[in-house]
Amino acid sequence: MPPPVRRIVLERDPTVVSPPANGSGATATTTERPGSAPLSGAPHRGVQAGEHAPAAAVQERMCIEGVWLAYGEKWVVRDVSLPVRKGEVLGLIGASGSGKTTLLRSLNRLTEITAGAARAGRVTLDGQEIGEIEVNSLRRRVSMVFQQPNPFPMSIFENVAYALREEHGERGARRRKRRSRDELMPAVVDALRRAGLYEEVAGNLDHPALRLSGGQQQRLCIARALAANPEVLLLDEPCSALDPISTATIEQLIVGLRQSVAIVIVTHNLQQAMRVADHVAFMHLGELVEYGPSSQIFDNPREERTREYVSGAFG
Amino acid sequence: MDRDPLTPSAPTGPSRRRPSSALGRLLGGGAAAAERRTELLLRALAVGVLVVILGIAIVVFSKAWPSFSHNGLAWFGSGGDVDTQFEAMINGPRDPANYIYHFRAWPLIWATILTSGLAVIFGMVISILAAVFVVELAPARVNRAIDPTIRLLAGVPSVVYGLIGILAIAPWVEHDFISQQRKRSVEYVVQLTGANLSVAVLILTVMIVPIMVAIVAGALESVPRSWTEGSAALGVNRWRTTWRVSLRTVRPAIVAAAVLATARALGEAIMLAMVAGSRGFSPNPLDGTTFFFEPVRPLAATIVHYVEDLNVVPVEHTLYAMAAVLLVSCALLSLAGWAAKQPMKRYGVRT
Amino acid sequence: MSSAPPALAPTPGTIQALTPPAGSIRATSKRDSIRSWPLADRVAYLLCWTVGIGLCVMAAAIVLFMLLKGVSYLRPSLLIEHPSASQDQATSGGFLDPIEGTLLLTAIGIAIAAPLGVGLAVWMSEYQRPAWLARLVESGVEMIAGAPSVLLAMFGLALFARPALAFLSQTSAGGSVFGRSFLTAGAMMSLLALPLVVASTREALLQVPAHVREASYALGKTKATTIRKVLLPSVRPSIANGITLGVGRIVGDTAIVVILLGATIRLEGAGGAPLLSTLRGTGGTLTSYVLFNSPAGEGNAHEKAYAAAFVLLLMVLVLNVIVMRLNASRAGTGQSLGASSRWRVMTGALPWIR
Repeated sequence: MPPPVRRIVLERDPTVVSPPANGSGATATTTERPGSAPLSGAPHRGVQAGEHAPAAAVQERMCIEGVWLAYGEKWVVRDVSLPVRKGEVLGLIGASGSGKTTLLRSLNRLTEITAGAARAGRVTLDGQEIGEIEVNSLRRRVSMVFQQPNPFPMSIFENVAYALREEHGERGARRRKRRSRDELMPAVVDALRRAGLYEEVAGNLDHPALRLSGGQQQRLCIARALAANPEVLLLDEPCSALDPISTATIEQLIVGLRQSVAIVIVTHNLQQAMRVADHVAFMHLGELVEYGPSSQIFDNPREERTREYVSGAFG
Repeated sequence: MDRDPLTPSAPTGPSRRRPSSALGRLLGGGAAAAERRTELLLRALAVGVLVVILGIAIVVFSKAWPSFSHNGLAWFGSGGDVDTQFEAMINGPRDPANYIYHFRAWPLIWATILTSGLAVIFGMVISILAAVFVVELAPARVNRAIDPTIRLLAGVPSVVYGLIGILAIAPWVEHDFISQQRKRSVEYVVQLTGANLSVAVLILTVMIVPIMVAIVAGALESVPRSWTEGSAALGVNRWRTTWRVSLRTVRPAIVAAAVLATARALGEAIMLAMVAGSRGFSPNPLDGTTFFFEPVRPLAATIVHYVEDLNVVPVEHTLYAMAAVLLVSCALLSLAGWAAKQPMKRYGVRT
Repeated sequence: MSSAPPALAPTPGTIQALTPPAGSIRATSKRDSIRSWPLADRVAYLLCWTVGIGLCVMAAAIVLFMLLKGVSYLRPSLLIEHPSASQDQATSGGFLDPIEGTLLLTAIGIAIAAPLGVGLAVWMSEYQRPAWLARLVESGVEMIAGAPSVLLAMFGLALFARPALAFLSQTSAGGSVFGRSFLTAGAMMSLLALPLVVASTREALLQVPAHVREASYALGKTKATTIRKVLLPSVRPSIANGITLGVGRIVGDTAIVVILLGATIRLEGAGGAPLLSTLRGTGGTLTSYVLFNSPAGEGNAHEKAYAAAFVLLLMVLVLNVIVMRLNASRAGTGQSLGASSRWRVMTGALPWIR
């Protein structure tokens, strides 16, 4: 028997509203889909003591409704519907080729840089369809961290300040003056702190970013993504290229960040999903097989395929 | 002779084996000796390259020395007309004691700086924009046509450019851009024709753009996609991504392209001799737009122009002095390029 | 695929659709929508397009112009007639001698540059001892590559005018060595081609994986044998590529011809045995012929100049095609062209420019 996986636990945050007893508060912020299983307000069974449950009235940031994605002729994601809520971590799990990375990339329209990609369905950010938001402002509100750390060949400061230097005022007008280092420093320091990197690089922000270790580079990429204060943070297997210690640090980080940012994490590693995610969506061959709280998916899955995957029958 | 290594035979340590080539066997000594011979031969070749370079420097400087020693630093200064000075040398006395060495090369140096400098500046801007176009913006069909075209352009000999310049471009410029009035305004000093600075810079730019585009485009294609994708994911639009990430990453290649282009421009003799004007005139920027239509003759072109008179000793020494200036300029250029790339290494940009 | 409906099917039992409802599909195209970009970015974007298209147009203009002029002025007879001996080239004569001159000069130049270049490349990639020498040599080759051909020509002139080297050219009555001949010009031309051969061969040698060499050593072969029998054959396409690039450069050069070949219209032998006479004699090439007949020279025969220039361009075109074919075959034999394949091919002669 493998040792039991312990969820990462943080101090109970008093600002999070606990779920109402009867679950009726759910409809206020969620869009109802006909026949869909009640997503929010379902009583959470099997929750370990000391853990705070994502609240029913937790704000829904993005809503994925009936999304289909194709590359060329092949539909790689078929009719997926999911909510992405602030204050919780949504984990996307599934075998290779299940379309989870493609789904993730569609959330900030990164699929569009590939020619021949097609999308159907609706994805909304705070109620607004993302196809109608200007793509660059969308990407500033929905940030992404990639599998391989990809810091730019610049100093640490410049990396984190990268997105900040692009602030736009009105549509089409960029700030006339290049912002000075002093102006940007507070935001940079804040982002580095939130990413848990500040203590390690505090005195040395002009150090070349490429000389950091792998774990540090990935945290730098997280800091870079956080610098513009996004509403949603997308993580595409962020720890797959890292050693266990860096992985643990970043997982801690993720759980700590979820209060301020809605997080969607794609992971191959079931234990990581168990440690980090609040809700989990299992995808298989492009379809959404099951969605629910992580405790339910791992301890008590409803679908046969989910049970097989979670128990390691296939991968 | 390749023996089957599995056949048992007499001990075959390297020193006992016979060399594999006939010449080696002729020279004798065993395979190890043949090895050493080969290495020494090739090393001699490598040293030979250095000897040649040293030889070039020595020969050119020794032939150039008389001209420099007679003129001192004033050799680089201005004063008088270059062609008149050459005439004086050619018609001057033939005994070594009385050679006329008087020479002031500034008009030629200024012409070189102008033509090469302007061509490289225009060329760099055009090349960077064109390289961005080719790598990022052009549709695939256009790309397939561009590649062999640029390759062809880079291989066109300079005489052909000179021919087009002197037979097609210069008359057009003279006809359409230089009015009679303009000609009259500087008539007393110099005669304006189609062979002038603007045509020289134009054609020189066209000559150096293809190789610069190739170098910069090659470097742009090597920028890791993870960086451009990461920048796009941060909400930076395509042009800004190119500017802030890709072009910044390929700065060493841009420097290298600029160095190469400048070296080519400096050494370009034939095309400029054909196109740039028959007088070693020093264009005056204070002339306003007429400045662009004044004739020039850079250093390399002057060498070619006067090479028929090489049997006149002072002329020979003067021409070698000009060649020495070219040599030093090219060497300094390489050094400057190397120095410019050093700071870029720090942040992980591959040089 | 399981027949049970997914957890979020609209109603239980509905058969899942295989494609999304028609009309809701949004495909993406690679074209950017720059409407929302700031003004400065839009200007830069359009500028890139303008410059790019302008470059294509200009390239097409040059090619078409030369095509037009060449086709109108080039007659097959020109290729096989000797130039007329008179100064006035416009009326008669072809340019057979310059063509012969080009071929001869190229042959001499490559005959010297190819073995020396390959040997040098082998030393630079396989031996490299001592290390300081290797660095110096690398800089040295780069310097030769960047040296203007005028400089090389002047050097050659001074070098070959020495009495010790008089055998390479003619000696005039007054005792001074002429110094200008096919041999001397060919020697300097080899310096032009040398860096190209070295670069191309060296880059290919560096790309041969270590295990190939190790396998050969494991079989008991010496280093020299390995190089001769294993490595060099495998980089043959690159050697050919370098040679072709070198040929291109030699064919296109004029300065060395004008200064070091005497730039006469016809091949003037130096007397003596036929082949040696030509080699030690003066002559011209297509490039010097074009120069001579242009307004900058004395011939004043525009038509001949255009015709000869057109032949030159055809040569360059053929050489380019050969280079492209060679690189295609290089890719075919498994030698990787590197990430930025197309442009690396073209700048393949300049690997130190990275």
